Amino acid sequence: MSLDSNQQVFINEATELLQELEESLLELENTPDSSDLIARVFRAMHTIKGSGAMFGFDNIASLVHSIETAYDMVRNNIMDVTKPMLDYSLKACDIIREMLADPDIKADSPLAVEITDYFSRAANIQNQKLPDVQPERDSTARGELHTFRITFKPSLNIFMNGTNPALLLKELREMGSATIITHVSDVPPIDDIEPEKCYLSWDIILTTDKNENDIRDVFIFVEDDAVIDIKAVDEAFDDREKKLGEILLERGCLTESQLSEVLNEKKRLGEIMVEKGLVSAEAVDTALMEQAHVKSVQEKKAHASETASSIRVPSERLDSLVDLVGELVTVQARLSQIAAQRNDADMLKVAEEVERLVWELRDNTMSIRMLEIGSTFNRFKRLVRDLSIELGKEIELVTFGDETEIDKTVIEKLGDPLVHLIRNSIDHGIEKPEERIAAGKPAKGHITLQASHSGDSVLIEITDDGRGINRKAVLEKAKSKGLVAENAELSDREIYELLFASGFSTAATVSSVSGRGVGMDVVRRNIEALRGTIEINSSEGVGTTIVLKLPLTLAIIDGLLVTIGGQFFILPLSIVNECIEFNRSENKSGSGRKIIMVRNELVPYVPLRSFFNIKGEEPDIQQIVIISVDGRRVGFVVDSVVGDHQTVIKSLGKAFKDIDCISGASVLGDGSVALIIDIMKIYNDIG
Amino acid sequence: MSKTILSVDDSASIRQMVKFTLVKEGYNVVEACDGKDALAKTAGVKCDMVITDLNMPNMDGISLIKELRQKPEFRFVPIIMLTTESQDSKKQEGKSAGATGWIVKPFKPEQLVSVAKKVLG
Repeated sequence: MSLDSNQQVFINEATELLQELEESLLELENTPDSSDLIARVFRAMHTIKGSGAMFGFDNIASLVHSIETAYDMVRNNIMDVTKPMLDYSLKACDIIREMLADPDIKADSPLAVEITDYFSRAANIQNQKLPDVQPERDSTARGELHTFRITFKPSLNIFMNGTNPALLLKELREMGSATIITHVSDVPPIDDIEPEKCYLSWDIILTTDKNENDIRDVFIFVEDDAVIDIKAVDEAFDDREKKLGEILLERGCLTESQLSEVLNEKKRLGEIMVEKGLVSAEAVDTALMEQAHVKSVQEKKAHASETASSIRVPSERLDSLVDLVGELVTVQARLSQIAAQRNDADMLKVAEEVERLVWELRDNTMSIRMLEIGSTFNRFKRLVRDLSIELGKEIELVTFGDETEIDKTVIEKLGDPLVHLIRNSIDHGIEKPEERIAAGKPAKGHITLQASHSGDSVLIEITDDGRGINRKAVLEKAKSKGLVAENAELSDREIYELLFASGFSTAATVSSVSGRGVGMDVVRRNIEALRGTIEINSSEGVGTTIVLKLPLTLAIIDGLLVTIGGQFFILPLSIVNECIEFNRSENKSGSGRKIIMVRNELVPYVPLRSFFNIKGEEPDIQQIVIISVDGRRVGFVVDSVVGDHQTVIKSLGKAFKDIDCISGASVLGDGSVALIIDIMKIYNDIG
Repeated sequence: MSKTILSVDDSASIRQMVKFTLVKEGYNVVEACDGKDALAKTAGVKCDMVITDLNMPNMDGISLIKELRQKPEFRFVPIIMLTTESQDSKKQEGKSAGATGWIVKPFKPEQLVSVAKKVLG
C-alpha cells in the first residue's frame, strides 16, 4: 500500500462526505436553526480539511479552513446561517469536487478566492494560513556535545492522564549520557501514600549532542502538568569542573555572601551548608552528582584525546602470573569440592566468593596477555616487499582485522607458520606480471591477511589472487613420489591433504624461497601444537585461501570432564555438541559398524575405552559425547560425564612427549590428574 | 507480544493511514469510527494506547476520553488526541478530560510513530 492508495481512499471518502454535505446544506436551508444539521456540516468540513491536508490536498484544506471557521462560529451561536453562506458553501462543494479530480486547481483560483474571501469576511477573521506540516525548529547548537541540567517535577496526578514519567527519563537517557537523581523527600509516610499519585521528582544531568528544544520536546505532553526547567551548564566547562558552591550558587540555592561565609570554615562544604540549614541535604547531593557527572564527561574527553597510557612489563612476569592463576584455579577447584563435601554453609559461601573472584582474576589475567595481531601482520609487509622484488613480481599485502586480539604465546608461535604460508603464496601462488596480464588479471597481485574472532577461536585467513593449486599436478607428483597408489582417485580435500605430507613439494626447481618440501608439514605441526587447525581452499586461476583456526588462549580452557574405567579425562568443551545416553545392549549392530542414530542422523562413534585400551567391564549405560568438526559430527563413548571443568593445561613432560592423542593433563580438585584428550588428533586418525 | 492500539476516527482515510503506519511498526491496531463504537469495541479488550480524533458523530473525542478514564482498565492507558491546528483551548479541554498528549493534524506517519513510541516506551 502506498500513499497513492491512501489518497484514493481519501478521494472516495471526500466524495461521500461532499454528497452528505450537500444534502445537509439543502436541509439547512429549510431549517436554519437545526443544531444537529450545523454540527453535521461542521464535521464534514472538518474531516475534509483535516484529511485533505494529510494526503496532499493542501488546496482543499486551505479552502475549507475559512468555511469551517465560519460554521464553528455558527455552531457556537456567534453567527447565524444566512442564504449567501449556504450558496457559497454549495459552490465550495463543487470546486472541491473539481480539486479532487484535478489536483492542479490552486486554492487561489478566482472562484476559490471568492469563496474564501466571503467566509473570511463573514467570520471576520484574517485569512489565516494553515500551519505547515512540521515547522522546522531552530537547529542551533545541535551536533556538538552540551551538558544540560534538567529539573523535572511532575504534578501529583501525572499518572491520571496516562503519562509514565519513567518513559520520559528513558527517552532522556537515550539522548546521551545522563545522570539521574531521584528526589524522594516529598514521599509521605507509608500510611499516607496514595499509590496513584506521583511523589517523586528528578534532576537529570544530561550530556548530549541534541539542543534544548529537543529536550523540551521530550516533555511536550507534560509541560502543563510538571515543573520543567532546562538549563545549559556548558559555560566554563572545558577547563575545569565546577566547585560545589558555584553550582549551588548558579542554581540559586545560595547567595554569594552565604557561600563565602561557609567557605571560611574548614569543615566539608556540603555538611556545613546542610547544618546551617542553608540548603537541604538533597540539594547538596544533587550538586555533588552533577559535579561527578561533569567530571566523568571530562575524563572521557581527556581519555579520548590522550593516547592510552601503558607500562611495559617483561613477558616472563606475565607468564609467571598466568602460572600462578593456573595454580589458583586448581586450588579453588579443590576448595569448592571440599566445601561441597562438608556441606558447611559458611564455607560454601566463602568458596563461592573465591570462585567468582578467581574467575574474574583468570579472565583479567588472560586479557593482559592478549595482543593485537596487527604488529605481527606488519612484520610481513617488509617480507612481501623484499621477496616480490627478488622474484620479479608485483605484490601488495593487504591486512584486515589488525585489532583482533590473541594470546601472546599463540602470536609468538604463529610467526613462523605465517612466514611459510606467505612465502608459498608469493612463490607458488602469485604469477609474474606478464603471466597475470595474459590471464586477464591486473599485473599487481594481492595477498590478504585477515584475522577475525569466531567463538573462542581466532580465524586467520591468508588469501592470494594467484594461479591457485593445480590439483592434477599435485596428484601426479604424489603418485610419482609413491605417496598414493597409481590408480587412486582422490577428492579435492584429500588432494590438498597431500600438500601437508612430509617431503612433498610441487615447485619444479628449488628456489631460495621455497620448494624444499619442508614447508607445509612443519606448518601443520606448528599449528596443531597450538591446538589449531589448518584448511586449504583453492580454485584454479583465481587464487588460494588458507584458513588457520586457533584457540584464543593456551593456558586455561573450558573442558568437559568425563570418566572411563575410573580414570578422568577432559575433552575441550568448545567443540562438544551434546551428550547423549548410550545403551550398549540396544545399540548392538549386527554388522559391527560403530554408528548410531541421533535424531535421524547417522553419527559414527569411537569407544574411547577400547581406543585407549582401558581394562575393566563396560557399564551398561554409557554416555556418548558428540563433537562437531567442519560440520561433521563424531561421537566418543565414555563411561560417564562429570561436568564442565576449568582446565589448567599442564604439559606431560619430556618422557611422554611422543604420546599421541593426549595433549596434556590437568589437576582436579581432589588432586587427581585428568588427561586431556586430543580430539582433533583422534578425529583425523579415524578420518 | 505486540501492543494493541485503538484508533478512533470518523475519517476512513485517516484510520487507514494510522493503521497502515502502526501495523508496519509491529503494533496491533483496532479501529473504531466514533466514540460509541470505540466504547463498544474496548469492552473486554485490553488496549495499550488510544489514538482518537476529537470531532466525531455520536460521541466526540473529549467525551470518549472522559468515559474511558472512568473505566478501571483505562485509567493509566495513554490516550493521544488528534487535533487540527494548535487550538490551545481544545488541547486544554482534552488534557483536563484525561488525554496524555496530542498530535496536530496534518501529521506525517513518522510523527505518529514517534508519539506511539514515546508513550508506549
